[in-house]
Amino acid sequence: MAGDYRVHARTRAATVAGIVAVVLVIVGYALPAFAGRGLIQDLFFILTMLVLAQFWNLLAGYGGLVSVGQQAFVGLGAYGLFGAAILWGWDPVAALILSGVAALLVAIPTAFFAFRLAGAYFAIGTWVVAEVVRLSVAQWKAVGGGTGTSLPRDAVDGMRGLETVKTLFGASNAAARDILAYWLALTLAIATIGGIYALLRSKRGLALAAVRDNIEAARAVGVDAVRMKWIVFLTAAFGTGIAGGLIYLQKGRVSPDAAFAVTDWTAYVIFIVVIGGIGTIEGPIIGVLVFFALQSLFADYGTWYLMALGMIGIIVMLFAPRGLWGLFSDKTGVQLFPIRRRLTGGKIREE
Amino acid sequence: MNWIDTILQGVLLGGLYALFAAGLSLVFGIMRLVNLAHGDLIILAAYLILVIVSALGLNPFLAALVAMPVMFALGWLLQRVVLNRVLGNDILPPLLVTFGLSIVIQNALLQGFSADSQRIGAGALETASVDFGPVTLGVMPMLTFASAILVIVGLNQLFYRTAMGRAFRATSDDPVTASLMGIKPASVFAQATGIAMIVVTIAALYLGMRANFDPTIGPARLIYAFEAVIIGGLGSLWGTLAGGVIIGVAQTLGAAVNPEWQILAGHVAFLLVLLVRPRGLFPRAYD
Repeated sequence: MAGDYRVHARTRAATVAGIVAVVLVIVGYALPAFAGRGLIQDLFFILTMLVLAQFWNLLAGYGGLVSVGQQAFVGLGAYGLFGAAILWGWDPVAALILSGVAALLVAIPTAFFAFRLAGAYFAIGTWVVAEVVRLSVAQWKAVGGGTGTSLPRDAVDGMRGLETVKTLFGASNAAARDILAYWLALTLAIATIGGIYALLRSKRGLALAAVRDNIEAARAVGVDAVRMKWIVFLTAAFGTGIAGGLIYLQKGRVSPDAAFAVTDWTAYVIFIVVIGGIGTIEGPIIGVLVFFALQSLFADYGTWYLMALGMIGIIVMLFAPRGLWGLFSDKTGVQLFPIRRRLTGGKIREE
Repeated sequence: MNWIDTILQGVLLGGLYALFAAGLSLVFGIMRLVNLAHGDLIILAAYLILVIVSALGLNPFLAALVAMPVMFALGWLLQRVVLNRVLGNDILPPLLVTFGLSIVIQNALLQGFSADSQRIGAGALETASVDFGPVTLGVMPMLTFASAILVIVGLNQLFYRTAMGRAFRATSDDPVTASLMGIKPASVFAQATGIAMIVVTIAALYLGMRANFDPTIGPARLIYAFEAVIIGGLGSLWGTLAGGVIIGVAQTLGAAVNPEWQILAGHVAFLLVLLVRPRGLFPRAYD
């Protein structure tokens, strides 16, 4: 009886995870009522790094596009926001959309160029593009050239929603700005994870996985591989740009060397994805928590800490190439964001 | 402005970039390994030469000779113990491992030598120059360029005249078939990385004598080296020299127009070449 068979992706762990996620989101939005400013700032850092990591994971883990140039989009996002606020007097929160658009506008010609390059050439090509963007932005005198600039005082204090937050929590200007940035980061992180999960569960996601696993076979069954690469690259650029804008909205000050830093916005992000587990949604979440724990415990040790981070990256790649989540998932079979379709019912025994 | 002088200085600068890139070109050409730690390995070698110079009181050139076998052994070990494990169709594992290595080397050097900038003293050689009619060229840049040519001639001889070179080329073209013929790719790769580290030592010698260096400047050197390799085309050492010269000339021309455009001009030249020839100017091998 054909009607007895069903194809589905849901697992029991995923249902539990879904309920936990809803609770976490509610707690997350309510948190500023109880938590101190330090915790809010830490969570802001974790959430924004998580967004960057999810987008890099989408690129490299699902799209097979190993980019070393994502800092270009972080920096463009930051400068898009600062440019709109300083030159046109835009509200910084509204200007976040421009952060994404600025990144997107540069991503289109970058993709035309970089998609002609394969493998390692693509990695180096994106890195050089990011350097070109950094050096060009450093020539833009209206936003401070090479030394950078700050958000104007009235733009910072007159930010949309700031007054509401101040009256709600009785917080000072600076604390209210942190809370607002945190809420935006939380919203962005939820939208990112939800959006990527929805993409992967859709027909497009299936096409994406097929392209990643075997491009020839995918094309043979009618998947437009180039189109998938475009979708992934532009989505990642747009999201990374918004995250970049948000990061510098909270910092309030930008400079080309910081906003286009390959270490902060690409190297650390790659470590997060690899340590957590590339090619899964859970991986970057685990990775960012491990990264944050290591940083808050050992960052005082400076060079030793960075050396240890490098060693951990090497060891994970050599002995557990699918990361911490991969190890756990292989042992237990647990998947919180399942995308694999399984056939159940009829004579096939239900798990 | 003297255009001939600017261009000649650029060509000579390209010699330095070709030296940075030759070792990378060798490794990239044979095993498609993107070594993101290459720049940091050059800086490591420069510190090694510096230590030998100050400990033994040797002339820098002799010190480099002493450093070569040490660097060869380091490269051989690195390939055998770490890099051979991550080679494969997926470019991500080697990329990440060498990236981790880059961070480890940089911070180990910072720990050992502090962030102070250093220089390998070369005495009168540093400022010596020769007049050629309208242009004056420094002895050091000319020596660098000559060394780059010597290194490339040497590597080409090794590649096309020796059994080891035949094994290199065979493994580069098809490691599986090569291993059917009794070649062990793992040990061929280890030898190749060892030889690349000898070239790295030569590059480090000139880097250290020509300008100040500190533990953090490796990645910037790496990007020039990669540009030279990619412009030249996979597996072509003369192409790498051409690539270095293109970057060098673009940089000096850019700097002559506006000093802030030096680095930018080099990168733009790289992007333009790739736009026209995505596989570089003289690719030898096909992927």
